[in-house]
Amino acid sequence: MSTVIEVDGVWKKYRLGVLGTGTLRHDVERWWHRIRGKADPYSEVDQTTKVESRKSKEDPNGGSGGDLSDDEMWALRGVSVEMKQGEILGIIGRNGAGKSTLLKILSRVTSPTKGEVRIKGRIASLLEVGTGFHPELTGRENTFLNGAILGMSRSEIKMKFDEIVTFAGIDSYIDTPVKRYSSGMYVRLAFAVAAHLESEILIVDEVLAVGDVEFQKKCLGKMSEVAHGGRTVLFVSHNLSSICTLCDRAAHLHGGSLIDTGVPAAVVDRYLKAFTSKTYGHTVNFAKPVTLETWIESASLLINGKPGTIAQTGDSLAIRASFNGSRPVRTLLFGVLVSTVQGDRVLSTNNSFLPWNGPKSAVQRGTITCDLGPVPLMEGTYRISIWYGNHPHHLQHEPNVLGFDLHARNIWGTQHALPQHFSLLWWDAKFHLDPAS
Amino acid sequence: MSKSPGPLAEEWDLIIQPKTGWLDLHLADLWRYRDLTMLFVWRDFVAQYKQTILGPLWHIVQPLITTTIFTIIFGKLAKLSTDDLPPLLFYMAGVTCWSYFADCVNRTSMTFISNAAIFGKVYFPRLSVPVSIVISGMIKFAIQFALFLAFLIFYWMQGAGVHPNAAIALTPLLLLLMAGLSLGAGIVVSALTTRYRDLQQLVAFGVQLGMFATPVVYPLSMIGGGSFRWLILANPMTPIIETFRYAYLGAGAFNPAYLCYSALFTAIILFIGTVLFNHVEITFMDTV
Repeated sequence: MSTVIEVDGVWKKYRLGVLGTGTLRHDVERWWHRIRGKADPYSEVDQTTKVESRKSKEDPNGGSGGDLSDDEMWALRGVSVEMKQGEILGIIGRNGAGKSTLLKILSRVTSPTKGEVRIKGRIASLLEVGTGFHPELTGRENTFLNGAILGMSRSEIKMKFDEIVTFAGIDSYIDTPVKRYSSGMYVRLAFAVAAHLESEILIVDEVLAVGDVEFQKKCLGKMSEVAHGGRTVLFVSHNLSSICTLCDRAAHLHGGSLIDTGVPAAVVDRYLKAFTSKTYGHTVNFAKPVTLETWIESASLLINGKPGTIAQTGDSLAIRASFNGSRPVRTLLFGVLVSTVQGDRVLSTNNSFLPWNGPKSAVQRGTITCDLGPVPLMEGTYRISIWYGNHPHHLQHEPNVLGFDLHARNIWGTQHALPQHFSLLWWDAKFHLDPAS
Repeated sequence: MSKSPGPLAEEWDLIIQPKTGWLDLHLADLWRYRDLTMLFVWRDFVAQYKQTILGPLWHIVQPLITTTIFTIIFGKLAKLSTDDLPPLLFYMAGVTCWSYFADCVNRTSMTFISNAAIFGKVYFPRLSVPVSIVISGMIKFAIQFALFLAFLIFYWMQGAGVHPNAAIALTPLLLLLMAGLSLGAGIVVSALTTRYRDLQQLVAFGVQLGMFATPVVYPLSMIGGGSFRWLILANPMTPIIETFRYAYLGAGAFNPAYLCYSALFTAIILFIGTVLFNHVEITFMDTV
């Protein structure tokens, strides 16, 4: 198999914040120096500018400081990776690790600061589906427009048109303006167009997170079909399970550097270990947010009423937060999300959906508890995220601040315990037998 | 950056590098995406009129009203010379040409700002957007031109003093010059606005004022030997409009040397614009 993408020591520098007012003067000055430099190669000014510019070209080195000024940051630090033909490479990493930047460079939306990317064949990138859809135009018209934006010629789209419409499943609406489409239909059509692009390389960001489950499956199916057809797929996702099932190889980006590549399951495993190495206590304290008028100061996980981080099947869980405020408030919102370490959301609730005995008068300080009861979770490691605020104002969102390990225990006392990967949840079902008489 | 290292460099279809040379203009890419350019033209045209009642008729209403107002204000009230031409035709000729130019400059100068969202998501030759704007402007121009012709024929049959002549053959050249000029000016501005936002306001304003530095509401002959004649003559739109009037109406300053100046100016600004535009398009997404 030949190499189709070669990312060779790619660095990317971003400037933070807004451009200062001095840029015009600065630019004019620089330009003036350059002009003079060219016209008068013996002047001293020229010598210094030449040296400076050469230095900045050769040494954009983030690790050693380089020419990085205060308001600049490296989004990528010397990333090198190769992709073979027909391979599905999954890229994982936390927010801000540089995943999107890498995809943007590969899809030529932005250019690297240093380094080079070499590509064989045509690239189609799905950084966002429906790019360039015009609401007033019909599905048919948008298919042609969007296809052309993605790099297809008109005859190519014509050839694939029926296939696209069938894949999207919107036959009867194809001549309706897309502004009348449901968001699901919109996404389906958009993905269908992109998926039928005849490119050797497909770059997919987390666009698949939209649409219903059935369509997501269809998209994932299409992606592996694409790869088995000899095309190369680069896939970025937060969903570690789909990385594991879909990809041949995974790469872990961290702080702009590629720190791990290999078999997806192994990379994901190491990623999780690194991610969870920060041990969770049963109580967590928060800094006082500046902008909120009520906030939580700390939150604890209670297992069977006592603070803890180790639970067993059937244990009752509760999350208790103590809040404080700059003034008394009535409409408190408290929400809890339990997710797996892979990032799958398992269980979530908040008091705006459920009946609860809210405060009879406004309160300024106190504790608020979310009692989950015995949660039907299987053996594994879980994370808890918390939302809190004066509904519907700005909320304090504390993602993955608590965590616990759940160990299996046979709560029914039967001969066999539930195997760990039997399902996501267990259920305390009752079985009846009614023999026919 | 120099060429990529290694003897196998030719094998790659695409090499993404930090900075391409100033003269690496990707014009082949623009050609490869010509279907997209034409689809943009078509989208502009179709989307603009969906759910409007008059549709493309707006293109006729606009110049009619503008011409009428010009005729009243500049012709009747200010009593500016019209080279002894029927005022309505005189102004309509100027308005038709100028509004094409002004429209194109205004819209192309917004290229990066108004397409930031799509530019941030997918690659295609960015130049296809301003090129499509200039082409779709031609549709509008054609409609207004047809209106102008209708009036011209009407006046001609009435025996008004209009003398269409062989210079009419220059029409495609004039249109091309206007297209090139507005494209060049528009993309220079669009490239600069990515850094200096203020320019955008300045341009809309400048184009508005520019009409008065161009013989739209007055003939060049009226300027005589005035001290700012050089300013009007330095304006590359001047020869274009004057030639247009001369060709269709028979009065105006038609001078091949002036026209050549316009052509040269167009070529230079197009070149500068393309270079600037290409330079900006690769770093644009980091500065918005």
